[in-house]
Amino acid sequence: MNVIICIKQVPDTTQVQIDPETNTLIREGVESIINPFDMYAIEEGVRIKEKFGGKATVLSMGPPQAEAALKEAISMGCDEAILVSDRAFAGSDTLATGYTLAKAIEKTGNFDIILCGKQASDGDTAQVGPGIATQLDIPQVTYVKKIEKIEEKSAVVERMTEEGYEIVQTSLPCLLTVVKEINEPRIPSLKGRMKAKKTIVTSWKAIDLDVEENRLGLTGSPTWVSKIFTPPARPQGEIFEGPADETTSKLVNLLKNHLS
Amino acid sequence: MIDYLFTEDQVMIRDLCREITDEKIRPVAAELDRTEEFPWDVLKVMADSDLFGLYIDEKYGGMGFGIMNLCIATEEFSKGCGGIAICYAASALGAYPIILYGSEEQKEKYLPDLAAGKKLAAFGITEPAAGSDASAMQTTAKKDGNHYILNGTKHFITNGGEAQVYTVVAMTDKSKGARGASVFIVDKDTPGFTFGKKEDKLGIRASATRELIFTDCKIPKENLIGREGQGFIVAMKTFDTSRPGIGAQAVGIAQGALDAALQYARERKQFGKSISSFQGIQFMLADMATQIEAARALVYASAREVDSGKKNVSMNSAMAKLYASDVAMKVTTDCVQIFGGYGYMKEYPAEKYMRDAKITQIYEGTNQVQRNIIALSLIKQKVRK
Repeated sequence: MNVIICIKQVPDTTQVQIDPETNTLIREGVESIINPFDMYAIEEGVRIKEKFGGKATVLSMGPPQAEAALKEAISMGCDEAILVSDRAFAGSDTLATGYTLAKAIEKTGNFDIILCGKQASDGDTAQVGPGIATQLDIPQVTYVKKIEKIEEKSAVVERMTEEGYEIVQTSLPCLLTVVKEINEPRIPSLKGRMKAKKTIVTSWKAIDLDVEENRLGLTGSPTWVSKIFTPPARPQGEIFEGPADETTSKLVNLLKNHLS
Repeated sequence: MIDYLFTEDQVMIRDLCREITDEKIRPVAAELDRTEEFPWDVLKVMADSDLFGLYIDEKYGGMGFGIMNLCIATEEFSKGCGGIAICYAASALGAYPIILYGSEEQKEKYLPDLAAGKKLAAFGITEPAAGSDASAMQTTAKKDGNHYILNGTKHFITNGGEAQVYTVVAMTDKSKGARGASVFIVDKDTPGFTFGKKEDKLGIRASATRELIFTDCKIPKENLIGREGQGFIVAMKTFDTSRPGIGAQAVGIAQGALDAALQYARERKQFGKSISSFQGIQFMLADMATQIEAARALVYASAREVDSGKKNVSMNSAMAKLYASDVAMKVTTDCVQIFGGYGYMKEYPAEKYMRDAKITQIYEGTNQVQRNIIALSLIKQKVRK
């Protein structure tokens, strides 16, 4: 069972502040971490490998410093790390990112399951995972909270919904995006950390991939951001105080007026 | 903290143990202190993190480091809970007789599981009537063909009942006194080997302390460590090696207490100011930090000396244990004082540090015994010159 885990290096949101003038993240001096949701993907990928054998490969698109995130994934038990990094990828939206990562995955060759976190903590789009699956033309299951069964050609997973969960059977290869309910990521072991220190991360540029140039980076990104703003805080609700019969009739009248 | 010029590996060990302490130990420390539940979950994390193999040779699945790195781990864990830390460190104490004097077969049989943390070890020497005077030991081991038959009771044994591998000192020839003692490996499930009640302790309550009871307990003669009569040498050498670890436990407890006291002193307001602005508190904090640093320097120096392979390390490792544990008692008592009335309450962390610190002055040789060792070494050195 060969697993590919796609991760993103993001600013540590517990430290991030928003520039009140520009409404953008202040990135200076903020530590970079693996997107927290991707930690669950890494853990699940390593568990699949440990249970079924095969290889867990961790993949990221990003600047050279994203190598640190990949090495951390190695310390958790991944076997190989690939960084897709090139100026040509700069400014990629979720479509271009999905395309580029899919091309990198194609280059790795043989894979059974691709795992992603449900979304990144900085962009919060939850589009890259599904984008990769679409590019590769393989089935995808999002918001997976449990892998029930993996067989040679299929898998059964539980998928979280607003009301509960769905049990979904999918053929392999497939792409799964996972939620935090799926596992508890391990603390990297000493041997894992030592291995990570020695690991050489494979680095691929645009030229190494079988890609169409106009689908990369800013050129390949149809999304444009017109405005970024903090959504207004929810206004405070009204609290009725007093005897129950009075407050109840007040509330009923208010609702009636609201509906009519 | 002084820069002790850690190697890259040591920084990695420290960071890993700090992560385990913050994420796995601190959240459960107060609860396990109350319930006395053995911390198997935390020990599993330590095992999965390869930490039980730190001091065991790579040949047997360990990491091939020594006492210094064990001290780094023990100190970090102890900042969070001295009780959980000792469950970890006591396994090293139980394993050291095998590491130091075990045969190749014994090492191959026992060390891989201990290095992987699949099994815990414990060391048994103390008896109800033989504490500081270990030569008063009553437990006997009688040779019977291809076996030894053990009879007697060990008590106050850390990890007793929880560990799977026990290294036990017993008299093979009582007429020879101290020269008649030998060390044996006893597996937990051996018939005739049972456990007494779990002790209800002042501190380190997450750890388990029990009696080991041997009633015609038959063990194969291959389980003798070293030679017959070598028991006290094995035991003393084991303690020489392990004492810096107790020093590290003491330093960790003291540092945990200082960190808590410092944080509290900054938050607590009296007379309209944070109490950390008062010189009376500042002087206490300064003394605590200075004493801890001196203790740490001594512990690291003695641990490094043990790892250097120097032959006689008794005096310096006794000094490390003695000084660090006295500092821990002093610092944790001052920590309670800084917390004031809150420090006396179980709701706050201060009193637990003080209760946990006390044992470090008592076990692995009381601090009075440490002073004996130091004084005797001094005198011996003088005579030799």
